[in-house]
Amino acid sequence: MTALARSHETPVCEDPASRFLSVGDVSVSIGRAGIVRSVSFTAQAGELLAIIGPSGSGKTTLLKAITGERSYSGRIELAGRDVRATSPEDQAEIRGVLPQASHLSFPLTVAEVIGLGLLDLRAGRPARAGRIADALHKVGLSGFEGRTYQDLSGGEQQRVQLARVLCQVWEPVSKDGVPRWLFLDEPVSSLDIKHQYQIMALAADYARRGGGVVSVMHDLNLTARFADKVAIMKQGRLLDHGPVENMLESRKLSETFEAELDVIRSGDSIHVLCRE
Amino acid sequence: MAVGETFPNARPGWLAERTGLAAARQGDRAALARSLILLLALVLGVTVLGSLATGPITVPVLDLLPHVPKLFTAEELPASVSMRDWVVVTEIRLPRVVLGALIGAALAVSGAVMQGLFRNSLADPGIVGVSAGAGLGAALFIVLGNAALAPVMAVLGIYAVPIAAFAGGLINTLLLYRIGTRGGFTSVATLLLAGIALGALTGAATGLLVYVADDQELRDLQFWGLGSLAGANWEKVASAAPIILAMLFATPFLARGLNALTLGEAAAAHIGIRVQRLKNISILLVAAATGASVAVSGGIGFVGIVVPHLLRLTIGPDHRFLLPAAALLGAILLIAADTLARTIVAPAELPIGIITAFAGAPFFLWILLKNRGLSGL
Ligand SMILES: Nc1ncnc2c1ncn2[C@@H]1O[C@H](COP(=O)(O)OP(=O)(O)O)[C@@H](O)[C@H]1O
Ligand SMILES: [Mg+2]
Repeated sequence: MTALARSHETPVCEDPASRFLSVGDVSVSIGRAGIVRSVSFTAQAGELLAIIGPSGSGKTTLLKAITGERSYSGRIELAGRDVRATSPEDQAEIRGVLPQASHLSFPLTVAEVIGLGLLDLRAGRPARAGRIADALHKVGLSGFEGRTYQDLSGGEQQRVQLARVLCQVWEPVSKDGVPRWLFLDEPVSSLDIKHQYQIMALAADYARRGGGVVSVMHDLNLTARFADKVAIMKQGRLLDHGPVENMLESRKLSETFEAELDVIRSGDSIHVLCRE
Repeated sequence: MAVGETFPNARPGWLAERTGLAAARQGDRAALARSLILLLALVLGVTVLGSLATGPITVPVLDLLPHVPKLFTAEELPASVSMRDWVVVTEIRLPRVVLGALIGAALAVSGAVMQGLFRNSLADPGIVGVSAGAGLGAALFIVLGNAALAPVMAVLGIYAVPIAAFAGGLINTLLLYRIGTRGGFTSVATLLLAGIALGALTGAATGLLVYVADDQELRDLQFWGLGSLAGANWEKVASAAPIILAMLFATPFLARGLNALTLGEAAAAHIGIRVQRLKNISILLVAAATGASVAVSGGIGFVGIVVPHLLRLTIGPDHRFLLPAAALLGAILLIAADTLARTIVAPAELPIGIITAFAGAPFFLWILLKNRGLSGL
């Protein structure tokens, strides 16, 4: 039903490959250590894929390979194009990246930070200001335009960065019908519970509206609540991937995290608890 | 917004609206920056006229102003214009003011670009040894230009010294970048210490040249080492102007990239910046402009650190405005300092480098103190 409504508003790109992120046999080595080892999976626009796994399992590194920050062996295609062969400008058009941590070298105002994500320079000043205000509203920071970024708390800074990334890929589907993507590395790790839900709902909504979302997640309950698909990493390998209800399973999680984890299902919802 | 509705009188005043102060409070400092650039342009005009009028003989500059186009045509001057005033202004003071403006702009913009590139407000061509590298290149030609390097000199003409200075500055910048930056991050401590070491090494090499220099060259070297605009003439303007103007006109194209670099190299790439190309061009431009300045005026320090810092305090770090504003303020400050240099102990002259150091070094210390603890020093 929603898919029909969507196809009414926005053209859909003919090429089916334009809807996918495909990662084929990707490995990343730093020095002599293999940090990501032969990972293959496919993610589809319209879905939120959560990457979970213990600390140090290579989630960030995998994301960095996909977003062009790390060199890798293997093949990564986004929207049907080899990411290595795509210019930074063209990539910036179709995907935004929220890093795990951000540090600004000079004191910018919040409006100036978000403005860096407004790639369409032709947009007039009122249009830009309006978009910045909208983005701030979405991340729950309305009225923060004039604040200095460095003076904000860690969680507020992270939400400002997300607002910047959102501005970059504002419409989840481009005019040509090509889906846009959000790559998020632990987007809610320094947020309070209210904003964790707000931001994850925002990401899920981006996927509902036709965009692709790949998010590294720490919190398994948030993963259960918001993810459509889950990829499980351990020691650089992809242990398994698939629909969230199949992946969040007691034995699988306990093995991955080397802890006794219980998965409780009630109706539609899944909860993960740790036994002492 | 809500405040304005409750208290209708709380709307920003006319002046705040016009100058962009109101928007700046909303986080958008673009309009404020434009106002400041306009103001700086006006101040530059006044500074130029003031400097032209000042000296051992006072010249009615405003009366001469209408005749300036005659510099470029062969037209006769009317009898009402004193020939002496005309020569003093056009042959002595004007080239000096033009050179001062060019060099002030080059130093300030080089500083701003370098700080954007290294993501650090303490980076400056003078402090981190780039000027010293340029100095070695220039000194080589000052001393050996009539001897071992005479064939090169014959080919390159008046551009030999600026080109040699450019090469020296470039080598030191590249070395510094290699040493001071790892994984896109520059450690302040490494940067400054590596800069000091490079500066000392290059300075020592320059010192060796003293032993092969004759008396006149020695005096040239020493005066030039302290930094001075004395001896400015149209030939020096012609040798430095093309390089500096090219740099000034190129930097606006770097502005968006340098802004993005504020987020870090990876994030800059994510928003579509070709980071490696940006870095290469920035380094080339900084080395070229520093080289050209050092070649004609020696080591004038601290302009590149004071000017961008003052501007960031008022209009913020947006390079689209920071770079042109730095060019204007750099020109203003250097012309003013040079006017002081040639009048304060008249009929003698102070090297202008002494004045900029006296004003700039305490300022540099103040920045260091303010950032102590932040920069991990
Ligand atoms: N730049 C680096 N140099 C050396 N080792 C690294 C580097 N970056 C990450 N690693 C190592 O790679 C492994 C995976 O890191 P990362 O991808 O950040 O894990 P995760 O995001 O899953 O916590 C870790 O063991 C980490 O120590
Ligand atoms: Mg990580």
